[in-house]
Amino acid sequence: MDAAATVAEFKPTWIQEKLFLGMNFQDYFKSNLTPFNAVATAILAVGIPVILYRIIYGLGPSTNLSDNNPWGIWIGFDMLCGVALAAGGFVIGTAVHLLGMKEYSFLFRPAVLTGFLGYLFAIIALTFDLGRYYRIPYPMVVSWGVNSVLFLVAWHVALYLSCQFVEWCPAIWEWLNLKKLRKVFVKLTLAATIFGVCLSMLHQSALGSIFLLMPEKLHPLWYSEYIPLFFFMSAIAGGLAMTIIESMASHRIFAHQIKDHNPGQLDRVTLGLGKATSVTLFAYFFMKLVGLAHGNTWSYLDSGYGYLYLFEVIGFVLIPALGLMYAIQNKRVSMVRGWAIVVVVGIILNRLDHSIIAFNWHLPWEYRYVPHWMEVMLTVTIVTIGILTFRWIMNRMPILYDHPDFEPEEH
Amino acid sequence: MLTDRRTFLKALAGAGVATALGLPDLALADVPLLRGYPDQYGVLVDTTVCIGCRRCEWACKEWNKLPNQQPFQSYESDRSVFRSIRRTHADTFTVVNRFTNPRDASRPIYVKRQCMHCYEPGCASSCFVKAFTKRPVGAVTYDASLCVGCRYCLAACPFDMPAYQYNDPWTPEVTKCTFCFDRISKEGGVPACVESCPVETMTFGKRTDLIELAHKKIGDAPGRYVKHVYGEKEVGGTSWLYLSAVPFNMIGFRTDLGETPIPTLSKPFLSLVAPVFIAIPALAMGFYSFKKRRDNLEKEEVRKALERKEGK
Repeated sequence: MDAAATVAEFKPTWIQEKLFLGMNFQDYFKSNLTPFNAVATAILAVGIPVILYRIIYGLGPSTNLSDNNPWGIWIGFDMLCGVALAAGGFVIGTAVHLLGMKEYSFLFRPAVLTGFLGYLFAIIALTFDLGRYYRIPYPMVVSWGVNSVLFLVAWHVALYLSCQFVEWCPAIWEWLNLKKLRKVFVKLTLAATIFGVCLSMLHQSALGSIFLLMPEKLHPLWYSEYIPLFFFMSAIAGGLAMTIIESMASHRIFAHQIKDHNPGQLDRVTLGLGKATSVTLFAYFFMKLVGLAHGNTWSYLDSGYGYLYLFEVIGFVLIPALGLMYAIQNKRVSMVRGWAIVVVVGIILNRLDHSIIAFNWHLPWEYRYVPHWMEVMLTVTIVTIGILTFRWIMNRMPILYDHPDFEPEEH
Repeated sequence: MLTDRRTFLKALAGAGVATALGLPDLALADVPLLRGYPDQYGVLVDTTVCIGCRRCEWACKEWNKLPNQQPFQSYESDRSVFRSIRRTHADTFTVVNRFTNPRDASRPIYVKRQCMHCYEPGCASSCFVKAFTKRPVGAVTYDASLCVGCRYCLAACPFDMPAYQYNDPWTPEVTKCTFCFDRISKEGGVPACVESCPVETMTFGKRTDLIELAHKKIGDAPGRYVKHVYGEKEVGGTSWLYLSAVPFNMIGFRTDLGETPIPTLSKPFLSLVAPVFIAIPALAMGFYSFKKRRDNLEKEEVRKALERKEGK
C-alpha cells in the first residue's frame, strides 16, 4: 500500500527521464544486467586495452602491416565496408524526400541513424590506422592535396557526416523537446538530402577510385576503369540490404516502442526494398560483365583468383539477384531478409578482395598480409561500441515512432 | 608602366582571393607543374659495372644519418644479405640486390635500387596533404611536417620504394631516398651514393644528356646490353635510369608497368567532381518538383471530390 503510493508519486528528474529511461539509477543498472551486455563487456574488457596498446606502442607491434602491405583490415573492412554498408541513409533519403515514396518514410530516421553511426565509427576506426591520427584535420585546414582521390574522400566523408547529422537532428531536438530548433532542422532536411546525394555518389565511387593508382598491385580481374561505378552500384545494393536487415532487427528488438505495431507494413516495404536490391544487383552484375569485356581479362577467369572472382560475382551478386526476384514473386518476406544477409556478405567479400585478397597478388605468400589478432580485436571492439551507441539512441530518441508531441515531418 | 600596374593589381587580387579562401600560395594551380622539368638531373645506373661492394648503402646511411649503421668494412664483407632479395625500409633508403647471371653464373649481377624519382610521381598524386613535391632539380621530396600517416603513397608507388616507421608510436614518418636534394641543389653537388661508388656504376648529370649517353652505350656495345633504358618511358619516365645485360624482369624490375604516368589514372575520375555537384542538384530539384506537383494535384483531386460530394 505504502510502496504503491511511492511509485505513483515518483517523478523522474531530467537525468532519470532522459538518460535512465525514467528509472532511478539502481533500477536502470539492474535492467542492464543482460547476457548481451555481458558479451559486450567482455569484448570491451579486451578491446579497450588493445586500443591503448596501439596508441602507446604504435602500429608496428599491434598490426601485421608492413612496407609491402601498408593497408590492412582497418582500411579494408572498417573503412571500405563500413562506408559501403552505411549507404542506406542516402538511398532511403533519396527515395523518401526526392522521389516522394511516402510508404518508406518510416525507414528514413533509422536509416539515417545507421548511416551516421556507420560513417562515424568508420572514421573512428580509421584514426587508429593513421600514423599521426592527431593530424586528421590537416587535409581540411593545413594543406590541400587536390590531386589525390583521398583528398576528395576525406572532405566528402566529413561533409556527408555533417549532412547526416543534420538529417538526424530533428530526432535529437524532439528528445530534448526543443521545438524551435527542430523546426529549423526539419527545413534543412531537403537541402541536406540533395547535398548528401552528390557527396555520396562521389565518395562511394572515390573509395574505389583509390585503387585506380595501383594497376600493378590489384589483380586485373578487380582492377578496372569502372571501379568508381562498381563501388557506387554495389554500395547502393549494400545500403538497401543493410536497411532490410536493420529494420527487421530493430522492429523485433524495439517493437514495444511502436504504437499500433504493424508487422504487415514492414513486410510490404521489405518486399519493395528487396525488389530495388535485386534490380541494382542485376545492373551491377551486367556492369561487371562489361568490365571483363572492357579490360579483356577473360583469360584470368581460369585461375585461382578467377574462381574467387566467379565465387564473388556469381555467388554473391547473380544468385542473390535471382533469389530476391523469386522471393518477391512469391511474397516470401523472410526469404528476402535471408538474401539481404547474403548480399551484405558479398559486399564485404568484394571490398576485402580489392583491399587485401587480390591486392599485392604478385607477391609470394610469405610477403602477403594476414591480420594480427589485435587488428581483428580492435575492429570487433569498434563495431561493438557502434551497436551499443545505436541501442542507446534507439532507446531514447524517437527513431522508430513519431513523437506524440510533434507533427510528423512534411516535405 | 600601365601593364605593370595591371599585372600588379591582378596579382594582388589573386593573392587576396587566395588568402580569403585560405589557399596556400595558389596551390590549386599545381597540376601542370607535375610535368617533367626540362633541366632536371638524373642518374644512369649501369648494372653491368656494379661489383656489389655496397659502399653506396653505407654512404647513404651516413649522409642521411639513418639508424642501424654498420661499420664501413662490414658492408663489403657481409655477403649473407644477398641470400634474399631486399627492399627499402624505414632505416634503409637504398639496397643492392644480387641476381644470378644467366650468361655467366660466375659473375652475378648486382642492382642498386632506390626511389626512381618519377617525372609524374604516383606518391605525389596519392598524397592528400601534398607532402610530396617534384623539385625542378628532379628530386621527389617528402615533407614530414604535413604527413598524416595514411600510407597511400606506399600503396601508390609502382616501384614499392617508400617505407614507413611503423615502430614509432607518436611521430612516424614515410622514408625514402631524397636524391640527396640538399647536395644536388648546390652547384657541382652529386648524391652521396654516386660519389661513393668505386667503379663508376652511376653517372650523375642532366637527364636529357643521360638518355643520350645510355643509347650511345647500347649502340657502341650492342652485345653488352639489352636494347632498353629502364626508366626512360616507364610510368611516364623517371629521373633514375638503368642499363642491363639481361632482360629487366630477370633482375627484379617490373616490366609490366606501362608508360602511363600514375597520376593520369585517377584524373578522369577527379574531373567528374564538379559536374556531379552541378548536374545532380539540378536533377534532384527536378525530381523534387515533380513530386511536389504530384502531391498538389492529388490534394486538388481530393478537394474537388469532397466539394462534389458536399454539392450533391
